[in-house]
Amino acid sequence: MSESGHHPAPLSPVERRVAALEALLTERGLVPEGFIEEITRRYESEIGPLNGAKVVARAWVDPGYKERLLTDGTAAIAELGFGGPEGDHMVVVENTPDVHNVIVCTLCSCYPWPVLGLPPSWYKDPPYRARMVREPRALLAEMGCPLPGDVEVRVWDSSAEVRYLVLPQRPAGTAGMTEAELAGLVTRDSMIGVARL
Amino acid sequence: MPVDGIHDLGGMQGFGAVAHSPAESAFPDRWQATARALMEVVAGAVEASGGEFRHSIERMDPGHYLTSSYYEHWLTGAATLAVEHGLVTHAELEARAGGRFPLSGPALAPPVADTCPDVGEPRFGVGDRVRVRDWHPPGHTRCPGYVRGKAGTVVRVDGTHSVPDVEAHGPARRYEPTYSVRFDAAGLWHDGQRGVTVHVDLWDSYLEPA
Repeated sequence: MSESGHHPAPLSPVERRVAALEALLTERGLVPEGFIEEITRRYESEIGPLNGAKVVARAWVDPGYKERLLTDGTAAIAELGFGGPEGDHMVVVENTPDVHNVIVCTLCSCYPWPVLGLPPSWYKDPPYRARMVREPRALLAEMGCPLPGDVEVRVWDSSAEVRYLVLPQRPAGTAGMTEAELAGLVTRDSMIGVARL
Repeated sequence: MPVDGIHDLGGMQGFGAVAHSPAESAFPDRWQATARALMEVVAGAVEASGGEFRHSIERMDPGHYLTSSYYEHWLTGAATLAVEHGLVTHAELEARAGGRFPLSGPALAPPVADTCPDVGEPRFGVGDRVRVRDWHPPGHTRCPGYVRGKAGTVVRVDGTHSVPDVEAHGPARRYEPTYSVRFDAAGLWHDGQRGVTVHVDLWDSYLEPA
């Protein structure tokens, strides 16, 4: 916000660098008209954790679907109409009373876009990437997900082409809920594995 | 000379709390969407593979990498690829930006001219014990440092995929199976937590029989 109200706020150094590269590439005819708006729309509206929540809710109410989901995640997710980049090789890992799964990408930011959207900042930043493979119990507790000592923790580092989705346990007391109501209970964090429902 | 990139963060100590947020928009500021779009523009124009794209970020100065945000990484990688492929010059970028425009360092690995044959059939099956090669390749790799030299068990065999170490450094391609390998935390870290396993997806040539 400018103090005078007459001039826009000065650009930060990184904004100046972005503007410089954008201008040079645009002058060379490489940036299609409306491309930046298209990128924004694609990643803000078309994909997101609501898609993953529908997959989870379907698995909770339909045992046949759940079996297909755990056997061939990519095909089962495609049944609900979701797929595309960073979702071509999906593996779904199931939480049980004895096993808790959590996903990470220590090398960069790999994440199942079609079902969860783009990853949140903390997933891409060094503390999560460094610590989740070394001290997952301590980090999960810090993030509000303490686990009993007898629950096995399985960490999945997305280091090649497979992308992972955690199938959380269905919460108790939800027997009468519809599939849509169940989907409303499923959080992004529960499908990364940093929360339990 | 830095060889293993700063991006290879698994197990690195000294970081503090995770700045967790329950929900956030994909692009809090417009420049972040622009940086992402420009990487897509450049990667498309120069036909960069996934490996070349990732390596353009991994070659960032370590101090810059750790102190800049995710989309500044993308911007730096996009500008580096644009300069390396002759779309723009570094001088033009700095003149337009009105100041310094740091780029990533040069690739240290030579392009791969002639590759070994593809590996069609998986060498390993579910349940096999394998050991990760203890090596320090000079270029791009998707073999995390924290599993090198460690033994684990194959839990899943996936399809064949282009080897990142090859595709990042030129037009050559080699295809190999990838495996999900399970490691006990106690075998990875002297202070590995009890009841923890870590699974890492690894290309065939990263592994040898244990």
